[in-house]
Order: sequence, then structure tokens, then C-alpha cells
Amino acid sequence: MARRRLLANPGARISLGIILALVALAVIGPWLNPNRVETLDWSFIAADPGIAHAHWFGTDRLGRDLYVRTLAGARVSMIVGLVASAVSLSLGLMYGAIAGYVGGRTDDVMMRLVEILGGLPLIFFVIFLTVVFGRNEYLLFVSIGAVGWLTLARIVRGQALSIRRQEYIEAAIASGAGTARIICRHVLPNVIGPVIVYATLTIPQIILLESFLSFLGLGIQEPRASLGTLIAEGAGEMEAAPWILLGPGVFLTLLLVCLNVFGDRLRDAFDAGTRR
Amino acid sequence: MLRYFLKRLGGAIPTLFIIVTLSFLLVRIAPGGPFDQEKSLPPEILANLQSAYGLDQPLWVQYTRYLGSLLHGDFGPSFRYKDFTVTELIGQGLPVTAEIGSAALILALSLGMLVGILAALRHDRPADYTVMTLAVVGIAVPSFVVLPLLGLLFGIYVRWLPVAGWEPGSIRHLILPIVALTLPPLAYVARMTRASLLDVLQRPFIRTAFSMGLPLHTVILRHALRPALIPVAGYLAPAVASIMTGSLVVESIAGLPGVGRYLVQGALNRDYTLVLGMVILYSVVLIGMGLVVDLLYAWLDPRVRFER
Repeated sequence: MARRRLLANPGARISLGIILALVALAVIGPWLNPNRVETLDWSFIAADPGIAHAHWFGTDRLGRDLYVRTLAGARVSMIVGLVASAVSLSLGLMYGAIAGYVGGRTDDVMMRLVEILGGLPLIFFVIFLTVVFGRNEYLLFVSIGAVGWLTLARIVRGQALSIRRQEYIEAAIASGAGTARIICRHVLPNVIGPVIVYATLTIPQIILLESFLSFLGLGIQEPRASLGTLIAEGAGEMEAAPWILLGPGVFLTLLLVCLNVFGDRLRDAFDAGTRR
Repeated sequence: MLRYFLKRLGGAIPTLFIIVTLSFLLVRIAPGGPFDQEKSLPPEILANLQSAYGLDQPLWVQYTRYLGSLLHGDFGPSFRYKDFTVTELIGQGLPVTAEIGSAALILALSLGMLVGILAALRHDRPADYTVMTLAVVGIAVPSFVVLPLLGLLFGIYVRWLPVAGWEPGSIRHLILPIVALTLPPLAYVARMTRASLLDVLQRPFIRTAFSMGLPLHTVILRHALRPALIPVAGYLAPAVASIMTGSLVVESIAGLPGVGRYLVQGALNRDYTLVLGMVILYSVVLIGMGLVVDLLYAWLDPRVRFER
């Protein structure tokens, strides 16, 4: 029902279409283009974008094709977005479900911790961690993911608090299921709705955060690129070669706008469902 | 009211303590040290340097010393910027950062509320849709994309404003950075104001006010706005956080001599005291904003004050 309401909305349809197109482009685009990510084309150094020569978005200072680099960078950004969101979602889900279901003192302590962490300038800790522990890309996933889980933990806890008084939980306890089993089999599946909505709004935030870190030179390193590193490169060359900025800048903007619009519409669709 | 404030203030001190302790430990766990260079120093010199800065002491001695000097308002000497204390470095950069940051905050709040109110009054009409579409774009587009694009447009194509750089007292150099910092929180505030005002306008006391024949502007300004601003007040602390993070990149793109660069550089150089000083500075600002938000809540919604 929520799906029909969602797809009836033109904004949701258009943004979903653009997101899918961008993902498809990032996944298969680089293979369909004769240029390779790390190939230097010495006859076109910092060339203008154009259809006539093979470089549609132009090339950078080293003669690397920007169209392919933008798509490959977008792929990296999307992977970071997905993996880090998954980390933060699973963390928030488990934490919130345990706090909400177990309740009592455990709940007090766990939520107090969330409150304290929420008061910290977490973005600075992420910068901190990535600088301090070297440019490990796995660590990047983890530290970005570690930021987003607080809000989700709160949402899930609220849901779990009400679920725990449901009759099917009582039935599960009566039939001898343990706490861990009840949380995994009965609590988690029933909080999944709001989590999906929150996830779609988390992914653009995390992609943004990754670009931000890469822009500062703390994320993805050369010769690999993400949208953030490409934008940083473009911002430095803006006066001489503005197209280096434009390709990745427009790609990132389009992706983030569409993800946000889609997330908003998804939330509306689910909200209308709960109100009835 | 005063008691309420003092209670909140008391709650902030442990948080700050935890932040200081956590960051102190984090920088020390990190591999490397402030005196690592391309060419390694002779061991005697390194030992002298470390004892001069007290780094040869056990960690807990260093920690208690650091806490002690913090209580005297002393952030210690910078390890990399020779002859500068952290207080001096921050003191030099902070006015610039504070200037663009506070300008961005004030603009974002005032314009955001104004636009949000206008959108709510034109609900479901073209003006409303336009504003909300722009708001989504404003939220989604990061300031490190906006600023170079603005620079390209106003600095290179039409040449009205400088692309980057800074001169003491020059406002022209600050306009583009301020705009780039303002847009994301502006869009958020506009969206929240609109949503919450629309919600408040549905309530019975607003219908009563209209039925008493009060004109529209009186109903909005005197009755609807105050409760509608409660969620917006809650956004104040995240807005400041967003402007502060934004200023890290905006200052580097625009070449402004603010404090933004010290955090990343300090961490890269293992300039322990500088990093800690920056984290403490940002935390104090954020926690302070949290207190302001609490006070605003109490003012906007008197029920909060009597909560136990």
C-alpha cells in the first residue's frame, strides 16, 4: 500500500528513476567507454569537454579522462555510502532493540550513553580518527558509520518499547524463547519500516560526509578517486579549468538531491500509512 | 528560570570532562609523535625536546598536568608552531571564523524563518513549491561544491567579487564564504518553519484567534509563531555544528586565515595541544548552543520550566 502511494507521487518516480540511472551509469559506464581511469592521454592535457574528441567531460592536468573518473569516483562514493550506512544501521538497530526490549536499568544506562555521545562533536572525532589511524579505507567505513547510528538507536528503542508489550512477545516468552532470540526474530522484523525510511535518508548524508572527508584529503587517496577528491581537485583548478569541477560537482549534487527527495517521499508514504 | 539554567550548566561540565579525556587519550594512542620529521632527530635532541614539553612523564602525569593548566585557562604551547601558544593561535584565527560563522547563522535563521513563514502562508501554491524545491537543493548541495561554483560565477565570469583571499577589514572577500555557509542551514530552517507553522495553524486556538476577527499578521506573529518556533530552536545546535564543519572547508577554499585549518593540520602533525584546544573550542561552542537552546525552549514553551 505504501508502495503504491509512493509510486503515485511524481517526485518519487522521477527521483527514483534518476537514482537508478546514476547507479547504472556508475556501475557499467566506465566499461562502455574506451578511456580507462588511470590512462594518461598526452595529446589532451586539461582539454575542454567536447563530443568531437573522446573526452566528454574533458581531461584533467594529467590527461586523465574526467567522464570515466567521475563515474568511477561516483562508484566509490556509492559503495562507501552503502557500506557505511549498513554499518551504522546495524549498530543502531541492535543497540536500540536491546535497550528498548530489555528496558529498565539497562535502557537507562544505554540511552544515557547515546545522549552523551549525541552531545559530542562527532564529526570532529571522525576527522580525528581518520587522521590519527592512517588512511585505511575500511576504517573510513567504520568511523563514518559510527556517527550515524545514534538517531536510529533512539527511533528503534522507541519502537521496541511498544513492541515489548505486544501479545506475540508474551507468547514467545511463554514458549521459552530466550532474550536474544526474541530480539532477533520478533523485535527486529517489526521495527523495519521506520528503519528503511531512515536508511534512505542516511545514505545521502553519508555520501556527503565521505565527500567532505575526501575533500579535506582524509578519505579516498590518489590514484583512486571519489566524488569528493575530484571536487577538491576541481576547486583548485577552478580558474583555469572549471570543467574539472563541473562534472563531479553536478553528479554529486544530482545524486544527493534525488536521494533526499526520494527519502522524503518514502517517509510521507509510510507516515500516511501509520496515521490511518 | 535561573535555577533551571544552573542545573543545565551543571550537566554540561561532566560532558566537557568526558570530551577532554577521550580526545586526550585518542591523540596519544595514535602512532607517531609531534617531532617526527623526514630526517629523524638525534636521540639526545629528541629526549631534550620531549622533556622540555613534559612528554617523558607517564601518561597520567601529563594528563593531570594538562587538566590543571586547562583550569587556569591555559591550552599549552603548540608543538609545531614554534613560539606560539595554542591560545595565541586560536586567538588569531577565531575572529575571522567567528565573523563568517555568526553572520551565516544570523542570516540562515532570519531568512530561513521568513521564507518558511511565507511558504506556509502560500501553502500548496506555486511559491510554496518553488521554495520547498529550492530548499531540498540547498540541503543536498554541500558547501564545498557551492563555494567554488559561486566563485566561478561571481569571481570569474562577472568579476563582481574576489574568488578567494583575505584582507583585514574587507567585507567583499567574506561575502561568498558566508553565502556558501548560510545556504544549507537556511534551507533547513525554512523547511522546519514551514512544516511546524502549518501544523500550528491547524490547532483550535488559531481558529479561535481568527474567529475573534484578528488580522492575519497578528494571528501569525502574536499567536502562531511562538509555538511554531520550538522545533526550529531545537535545530540551533545542529545548525551551529553544520556551520562549524562547513567552515573547515570553506576557509580552505576561500583562503581565509580562520581556525578551521588547525584541526586537520594539528591532527596530521600530531600537534597534541593544538588538536585538543580545537576540539575543546568546538565542544564548548556546541555545548553552549545546547544551553541556549534549553533556555529558548523554556522561553517559547513555559511548560518546560516546570518539568522535573
